[in-house]
Amino acid sequence: MESVIQVQNLSKQFGEISAVKNLSFNVPKGSIYGFLGQNGAGKSTTIRMLLSLVKPTEGSIHFFGIPLQHHKKEIFKNVGAIIEKPDLYGYLSAYENLKMFAKLNGIHPTHVQLMNQLEQVGLAERAKSSVKTFSQGMKQRLGIGIALIHNPSIIILDEPTNGLDPQGIADIRKLIIQLSKEAQKTILLSSHLLSEIEQMATHILIIDKGKKIIEDSAKALFNPAETIVEIATADNAHTLSLLQNSKWQSAIQFNRGPNIFLKMHYNEIPAFNRDLFQWQVPLMMLQPRHSLEDYFLQVTANNFSDEIIKNI
Amino acid sequence: MFTLLQVELYKIFKRPRTYIAFIAIAGLIAIIQLGLKLDGDAYVSFVMSNVEQSFSFDGKLLNGYLVCYIILQLLLVHVPLLIALVAADMISGEANIGTLRLLLTQPISRYEIMFAKFIAAAIYTLLLLIWMAVLALFVSIWLFGTDDLIIQKTRYLVQLSSDDVFWRYIGAFGFALLAMLTVAALGFLLSVFAENSIGPIVGTISIIIFFTILSTMSIPIFQKIQPYLFTTHMVAWKDFFDVKVNSDNNVIKGTLQNKSQIIHSAWILIAHIVFFVGAATFVFKRKDILT
Repeated sequence: MESVIQVQNLSKQFGEISAVKNLSFNVPKGSIYGFLGQNGAGKSTTIRMLLSLVKPTEGSIHFFGIPLQHHKKEIFKNVGAIIEKPDLYGYLSAYENLKMFAKLNGIHPTHVQLMNQLEQVGLAERAKSSVKTFSQGMKQRLGIGIALIHNPSIIILDEPTNGLDPQGIADIRKLIIQLSKEAQKTILLSSHLLSEIEQMATHILIIDKGKKIIEDSAKALFNPAETIVEIATADNAHTLSLLQNSKWQSAIQFNRGPNIFLKMHYNEIPAFNRDLFQWQVPLMMLQPRHSLEDYFLQVTANNFSDEIIKNI
Repeated sequence: MFTLLQVELYKIFKRPRTYIAFIAIAGLIAIIQLGLKLDGDAYVSFVMSNVEQSFSFDGKLLNGYLVCYIILQLLLVHVPLLIALVAADMISGEANIGTLRLLLTQPISRYEIMFAKFIAAAIYTLLLLIWMAVLALFVSIWLFGTDDLIIQKTRYLVQLSSDDVFWRYIGAFGFALLAMLTVAALGFLLSVFAENSIGPIVGTISIIIFFTILSTMSIPIFQKIQPYLFTTHMVAWKDFFDVKVNSDNNVIKGTLQNKSQIIHSAWILIAHIVFFVGAATFVFKRKDILT
């Protein structure tokens, strides 16, 4: 599938702190690309680098195969974005904010077009109201309206449901799916909530402490026939060595302390258990992780200091 | 670029804060004019008391030109504070409310943003000075009429014929614009470093006050550094009201006593503007936007 965003070996250092470490990923055209990680994982820094707000220490970013560093203006004609909460000009109305950003994008929409855009995000009735009187959800919807005013093919949304009530979250989710399915937009969406990404994303990237953990299609990650199996043994190093020299080698994801994580079909678990028994592995625990959420919490847990053996 | 400038001006003039300066100037000028209208002759007699024994004056000493000169002397010290309210808020204000990141994700370069913002601040400064000129000069002429302008300098009196004054005001306001643009550029530079507007506004005002004190104190050690302070050159507008005299001590109309000093000061202010705006752009181009 054609990639519209290509990120290669991206790193960002703030003094002594490495916010993003050697991150590479590709966003396929037409996808809803879920960018997942706990707070402080490096999602916002990565998105800010994608939007030229923060300069990368190392690495490259290409949109449509064009390097961002020297073609920002050209690229951003085709990109709409909201970074965290959409702070708008509170002393202007929704209509004035929208019109102003349309102008900045070199378009001069008619009154009808502006009202249609406000209608799309459910703000037509409040078009003339000052934005400072808006709720967080209304500001978020107006922010999306502004991000879409120039009809971009890529939309980047950083934590778009932060601070919204359940109805607001549902509205934004519906709008994102609609934009992807009906308007064929490519959407890069960051969140620290797996449940949110799970319901919309076609592709998922999980990062933790600035490093990539997993990048795969949602179909592969959410395959109901597969699960992550966590085992705990008395001799982790020996078990790992046995697994690496067996047919289970390709199933190993990573190990963490006394635990090893493998990905396999549910119906493979009995055979796996038999092999461990035959090898006389001092097994202390074998537990299928039933959801990706379990897995996400495991891989991004605090004090995570695993050696990643393999990225899927 | 023109669109970006339009947007920046639109934002400036949509904010209630912008009009504080216009209202403040109108109020201050009105108070001075009212005071001089009610008791101006007593004020002029007091000011001229030490020279009235040596000179006799015909005509209206208290006329529109003199009122305007008094207003300029009083207000040009305070206008920088009003300029700082807007100029020092140009970048930091947007960083504070979070709109800076939204602005920077539009198809516009950082150079264009900086250029448009400074030009917008410069247009605001120009409009503020035009407003001041209209109220201080034209309204004063309407209220007090015109006559020769007599100004008391430190060691001598200058008498300017009424038909030789108006162009000097145009020059003085033009020079004041340059001085105020220097203040705007300083505020603009400080604005780049902060995430809220209070720091840059207070910083700009503090620097102006500090440098003005250094510029005006007649202490030898300060006098050595005074030529290097931009605040020293900001008051060169007063030189438009000094005139050359011939060997018979008669005024030569249309001349300036210290023309070279005015030009020198203008260049120093222009150099400061270029430096402040250049430094602001240099820093902003490399700045990570984390707000």
